[in-house]
Amino acid sequence: MELPEASLHLPIPEAYEAEHVHHVYEQIAGHFSSTRYKPWPMVESFLKMQPDGSVGLDVGCGNGKYLTVNPKIFILGSDRSPALTKIASQHDHHSVVVADALLLPHPHSRFDFAISVAVIHHLSTASRRVMAIKTILDALKPSGNTSGMHGCLEKETKPGSGGRALIYVWALEQRGSRRGWDEGCEQDVMVPWVTKGEPNSAIHGTGNKSRKETGLKRRGKRYAPKDASQRTGREDSRSESEDMKSTVPPSTDRTEQEPSTEAIREFGTPKGGPSPDGREKSAEVTKTFQRYYHLYRSGELERDVVMAGGRVVDSGYERDNWWVIATRVIE
Amino acid sequence: MKVLTVNFLTCAVKACKGTALSFPLHFRDAELVQQEMDFHPTFVRNVLLRVDWEGLKVTAAELGFTTLPAEKPEGEALDNEQLLKDLHTLLLETQVTEGKLVCGNCQHEYAIKEGIPNFLLPNHLGSAPKSEAAFVE
Repeated sequence: MELPEASLHLPIPEAYEAEHVHHVYEQIAGHFSSTRYKPWPMVESFLKMQPDGSVGLDVGCGNGKYLTVNPKIFILGSDRSPALTKIASQHDHHSVVVADALLLPHPHSRFDFAISVAVIHHLSTASRRVMAIKTILDALKPSGNTSGMHGCLEKETKPGSGGRALIYVWALEQRGSRRGWDEGCEQDVMVPWVTKGEPNSAIHGTGNKSRKETGLKRRGKRYAPKDASQRTGREDSRSESEDMKSTVPPSTDRTEQEPSTEAIREFGTPKGGPSPDGREKSAEVTKTFQRYYHLYRSGELERDVVMAGGRVVDSGYERDNWWVIATRVIE
Repeated sequence: MKVLTVNFLTCAVKACKGTALSFPLHFRDAELVQQEMDFHPTFVRNVLLRVDWEGLKVTAAELGFTTLPAEKPEGEALDNEQLLKDLHTLLLETQVTEGKLVCGNCQHEYAIKEGIPNFLLPNHLGSAPKSEAAFVE
């Protein structure tokens, strides 16, 4: 059993997260957004199987990349970062609000589904992570205690069977990733995000596209210094958890952006070509932001769901992340 | 933000959630625009099943739409395409760009800027609930 990790960085988790999560995302929003356009397959299929006219939540919606997946449903996205929310609001079929995952402004029991992708792991104590899951589950339509524990998604998403939440968190066990974390490593880590250019200049992701995210092995150990990050810049420029091919780094930013020309248009990033980088580079300023993460161990997410009063319908591991599909049970 | 959205919002203050007065939130100084959206009758029909009709009537009246049926349209009434179009216009095309949303319970005001309401609370309202301690092992 893990120790309450609060002792690592108290006194006040709210203040800690404000500095090491909220402030960082606000600063890197445009830049971060330009790297986030590729939906994860599991999330995509979860959204696509929702019946026509379903109403759901995307808690921690970031730039709103999941808002475009299924035009036949209505998603109310929320994010703690006003800058990211503004980017997400461009998807005008849906709506977005600025809100804290622990203080969601939604009535209980009204929603058909919820997703929360790469969000809960930014909360810095076990109790806050459980609270966040409970807050999401409370918004769902409750399900009776009747359905079986089948792992089959299709069977489980019938109208009237209660709402379902899909939750993704970053895994501790990711030996194959470039970060190489694994069982036994420190679970509470700081992960750097390196930007070039003026952090606030590019809310839509332009002028800030040459960026890199450096890996580190553990907090306080082997944190990649600036020169190392510059050296490996392009190779490390992808997102951590949305990295779909972690063993095959793309050679350039352009390669990375090619899979989704739609996203490039939407976020205003120039369509390929290395030219925008070339001239700006000399004038760019490198800045490193440290984001806090709690890396989930095998079984920990399911445990948190149960502690939050939910029931795990299905769970699994995908690309360095643990996920669960959970329902809220009213006995 | 859409009129539909307000139907799925309440006060972020924990003590207000679930109280009768905290839903729906009330518009103040709302600036409206109409934004054309594709009309999908099935979508409107299905979304309507999930709408809190009493709440929608309050919201609509505050924004100056006073012609909503007293009861939520059901069954054959939903075959009326004009009705669905009107609801589409109200729920999805009518957008509030600026103004405030006010909780009828605690009177807290949430600002709406560029169509995005902000539900972050000042510290004295947003502290974590005491029950949180129960989860700590």
